[in-house]
Amino acid sequence: MSHTLQDKRPAVADDPQGSLSHARMPRWAPLAIAAGSAVLGCLIGLVAGLDSKIQWGLLAALIFIAGTYLITAKVEGPRQAKNQVATSLVWVCFLVAVVPLLSLAWTTVSKGAGVVDGYFLSHSMSGLLDTDEGGGIYHALLGTIEQVAIATLIATPIGLLTAVYLVEYGRGRLSRAVTFFVDVMTGIPSIVAGLFILSTWIVMLDFGFSGFAGALALAILMMPVIVRSTEEMLKLVPNELREASLALGVPQWRTILKVVLPTAIGGITTGVMLAVARITGETAPVLLLVFGTKLINSNPFEGAQSSLPLYVFEQYSVGTDAAVDRAWGAALVLIAFVMLLNLVARGIARWKAPKTGR
Amino acid sequence: METEAAPNDAPPPPTLEHHGASKGPKQIGDRIFLGLSRGSGITLLVIMAAIAGFLSYRAALAISKDETNFLTTFEWNPQGDPSSFGIAVLVYGTIVSSIIAMVIAVPIAIGIALFISHFAPRRLASPIAYLVDLLAAVPSIIYGLWGAVFLVPYLDGLNKWLNEYFAWTYIFEKTNEGIARNLFTVGILLAIMILPIITNVIREVFLQSPKMHEEAALALGATRWEVIRMSVIPFGRSGIISASMLGLGRALGETMAVAVVLSPSFLLDFHILDAGGGTFAQNIAAKFNEANEFGRDALIASGLVLFIITLLVNGAARAIIARRKEYSGANA
Repeated sequence: MSHTLQDKRPAVADDPQGSLSHARMPRWAPLAIAAGSAVLGCLIGLVAGLDSKIQWGLLAALIFIAGTYLITAKVEGPRQAKNQVATSLVWVCFLVAVVPLLSLAWTTVSKGAGVVDGYFLSHSMSGLLDTDEGGGIYHALLGTIEQVAIATLIATPIGLLTAVYLVEYGRGRLSRAVTFFVDVMTGIPSIVAGLFILSTWIVMLDFGFSGFAGALALAILMMPVIVRSTEEMLKLVPNELREASLALGVPQWRTILKVVLPTAIGGITTGVMLAVARITGETAPVLLLVFGTKLINSNPFEGAQSSLPLYVFEQYSVGTDAAVDRAWGAALVLIAFVMLLNLVARGIARWKAPKTGR
Repeated sequence: METEAAPNDAPPPPTLEHHGASKGPKQIGDRIFLGLSRGSGITLLVIMAAIAGFLSYRAALAISKDETNFLTTFEWNPQGDPSSFGIAVLVYGTIVSSIIAMVIAVPIAIGIALFISHFAPRRLASPIAYLVDLLAAVPSIIYGLWGAVFLVPYLDGLNKWLNEYFAWTYIFEKTNEGIARNLFTVGILLAIMILPIITNVIREVFLQSPKMHEEAALALGATRWEVIRMSVIPFGRSGIISASMLGLGRALGETMAVAVVLSPSFLLDFHILDAGGGTFAQNIAAKFNEANEFGRDALIASGLVLFIITLLVNGAARAIIARRKEYSGANA
């Protein structure tokens, strides 16, 4: 309040000569306009009898923008008004994005929390009808862990070595081609990777559905992610370290193994863990290649397995109340697992960030 | 590149003079390591080529037996007696849902990116950026589950309202009585899903915009919005385009969320609020279980089309990013 008064007085006094400072809105003005328009939006919504809360929100947002522009234009002038409107639009964008995300998190936690317990985690669906209560995700959890582990074992060495090639050796046409296709490969839809393994491993080579087939498709999805993140990390390693090592007569391959990779290991671990988190939630290739089962199958190389995302999909498709509850329980476990991986990965990144000199 | 070359070229002369004997074993180790890493790079190229090759081969098998035109048939019945399947409805559904997703997601993503890079209080900015990163990691099946259980009933009201007031636009006219398991809902869900990806890329670009330009504009008395409009957005334009295309690639190929939310049909319906329609990925997931070997080949044929479309979109996005990199590199 006091600000406004101070700002206004000289403006009025100096008016004839023109002034450097002009009238400003108080700092609480945007909030006040926001509250006012929210109330107005709800009122109009109530009076007009609109049932959807989304419409109330939209109305409030429109009133807010118009109100901000008009009031600011009157007090501070049209340029400032445009600025205010842009600022509030940006805030609205942010809030609009936050709403569905909070709702997603809240729905998953509130619906899943009642289902997840020790029994749910340690039992399979063996012998249960879809309508039955009970059952659990043990078989799916086991399947996911095995498939993701195999995919990681395949994709990590190839991804790491490719990144090393691109950063340490890469010159010329081959490396440019690899860079381009790694980028393109990042965008391959997961279902296409699934179809590829289906057409080679299952249709052509005539192997059955198995966890391993799913892992192969997951590995394809994982490789480009690892290459990209590792490449970024290796580029952060200061060149002085390489030069120092080479100057001591250490051959290049030992320089890479003993100097470059250890320096970047934190970031590389983070990248691999983020890739693991990404493929853990992939459903489409698993649906095509692993096939799903109610039983515990601990052998990923033979016979159908289950997996967490696939379990969510199956239980939701069944559609009975008990099954949808189980789907939410599994979704909560899945999201918790993925978020945990993410948090740990980013923790490692912060903890082991390469020191890039001063 | 030049800095890479320097350490490689520099060491040899002293090595030759002082201990030339140790040169042999070094080269063997180096050669093995180079071979391994180059081999991995080549493996990746081979995988890409194999994907294209095998999908084309199986697709060619299927299309040659298709009795009707693959591009214009409104039906998916590869196992029928005159085998008949076509991608017309899938192309339409995929494109429409992706366009809806882009129309909603891109402006909001720009807004959030601006919020993080220029508007948010310093203390809020990095936690929000972190949150956006986490959101990009939420598995798509969970978005699908949430969409089907929560979003669909919620959007029913909006659908009714749009139908009531905007039926004259034709596309918002609702002609069947289904609940909101339609392309419009799918588009909104896809928008929510691709928002974090687009936001992340655009934010990176905005953060790189030259500080000097911004400060110069501020010093000339520009408001914050004018600074953004005159120096941040022109600088980030190609970044925005390529980020949008990356998001588009993701939206085009999204499978599970669409499969869970949409109630599929093989009618070409330009009313986007009508329940029905289909996308490439959704059709593959939905039809796979009942398909025999030929049916699978037919699905692979549609997968190949999806693959080519996403390849083009992603390739274009990357090309734009690469061009911008060179451009800004020359400037700096």
